[in-house]
Amino acid sequence: MSRRVVVTGLGAITPIGKNVSETWANALVGKSGVVKINQPWSNDLAAQIAGLITIDPYDVLDRVSARRMDRSTQLGVIAVKEAWADAGSPDIDKERLGVYFGTGIGGLTTVLEQYDILNTRGPDRVNPLTVPMIMPNSAAAMVGLEIGARAGVHSPVSACATSAEAIAGALEMIRNNRADIVVAGGTEACVNRLAIAAFASMRALSTRNDEPQLASRPYDTDRDGFVMGEGAGALILEEEEHALKRGAKIYGVVSGAGISSDGYHIAAPEPEGAGASRAMQSALRDANAKVTDVAHINAHATSTPVGDIAEYKAMRSALGNALDNVVVTATKSMTGHLLGGAGAVESVFTIMGLKEGLIPPTINLDNQDPEINVNVAKNVPFKLASDAKFALNNSFGFGGHNVCIAFSKN
Amino acid sequence: MTDEQIVSDLAVILNEVAGVDQSKVSADKSFLDDLEVDSLSMVEVVMAAEDKFGVKIPDEEVKNLRTVGDAVAFIKKAS
Repeated sequence: MSRRVVVTGLGAITPIGKNVSETWANALVGKSGVVKINQPWSNDLAAQIAGLITIDPYDVLDRVSARRMDRSTQLGVIAVKEAWADAGSPDIDKERLGVYFGTGIGGLTTVLEQYDILNTRGPDRVNPLTVPMIMPNSAAAMVGLEIGARAGVHSPVSACATSAEAIAGALEMIRNNRADIVVAGGTEACVNRLAIAAFASMRALSTRNDEPQLASRPYDTDRDGFVMGEGAGALILEEEEHALKRGAKIYGVVSGAGISSDGYHIAAPEPEGAGASRAMQSALRDANAKVTDVAHINAHATSTPVGDIAEYKAMRSALGNALDNVVVTATKSMTGHLLGGAGAVESVFTIMGLKEGLIPPTINLDNQDPEINVNVAKNVPFKLASDAKFALNNSFGFGGHNVCIAFSKN
Repeated sequence: MTDEQIVSDLAVILNEVAGVDQSKVSADKSFLDDLEVDSLSMVEVVMAAEDKFGVKIPDEEVKNLRTVGDAVAFIKKAS
């Protein structure tokens, strides 16, 4: 009998909330967190909008710790602190405590700051903590230090699939009996001049600069690209017996994960969604779920013209006619695309949706693309049937990474 | 500049960089043993002190700066 894995704590810092409760409440009322960036460096960029968090990390974290972290790590640590406290700060043998936490882009903002210092003030003024601040495992390592994890600290890097892959890794780590609790999730904070210019140069970003709140519009016929967002999500995954023994609050079950790769293109999704479909099918197999058991999908749906259609084809191919009984939502319509943080934050939405029986809306959906034939929680929350069992969360990343996580109520 | 002024400026730097309680900073305190300033933080302290006092503190000197008093003496001599 394999070890079952449940979720016993949640944390999130997003453009629509400083924690899970605020993010969830704002998601249910369809609030957009997308704003004009309005910085001296943003005014000549093609895309001048982003989903920004609304608190200063220095107000939440100890000042000296915060100055030793890139902003992406700061947000990750904030989300993990919330999740850990939410799980009751479990008293656990630290050798049975692990971390699976990633980022898609990492410490780019710090790279740029230090490169400026290097060029203006010279090599002997480069911060001695630059390397630990910019290495891709920085957030995972700081999270590990924060909670004292000694079973292993892992940091997957798979662009926008990163934090979903982290949840898949954490699930395996507990099933394989390497740990009893694993902190899983991911973070991103790269709203800076280079990252925006670079994503815009790929023609990946929405340029609806005059209507920031309307810019992220997955599935709408007028969608024109994704909106970059910053933020982080964290889930405490725990072996079920361990959680029951300590009387932990249980949000739901991580019942399966599926991972595949397109083997197709470095940035474009495989247009028929074949790879994504395989990830979804293997998540269902892993969860021992039938296609008709799926009640809800939190889609990757970034609001790009081609990506949303490829994912629709994947959903259709994985679920067939059963897709017609599924309600899909695209919460990036509200948060923007949190890149390496997306999978974790959207898993928080998915598991909260199952638990509360309410699916947050996809906002800005005025005219649904006729090529995307799914039931969407359009502009208002959708009430799930009380017998809804399974929900899926899709995350895909540049490089052809596809991850699907299956959650169940119990 | 008096010794007291230098100690007080160093205390501000140590607080900013490493979170050291300013009231604990005095000439007899060891950076590592008493104030828990690790080697990476010490590099940052040295950078900030160089900027503040307009001196150059070479790496080979830094190992001789065991206490706050050692730093004060070096800064006075070099400025």
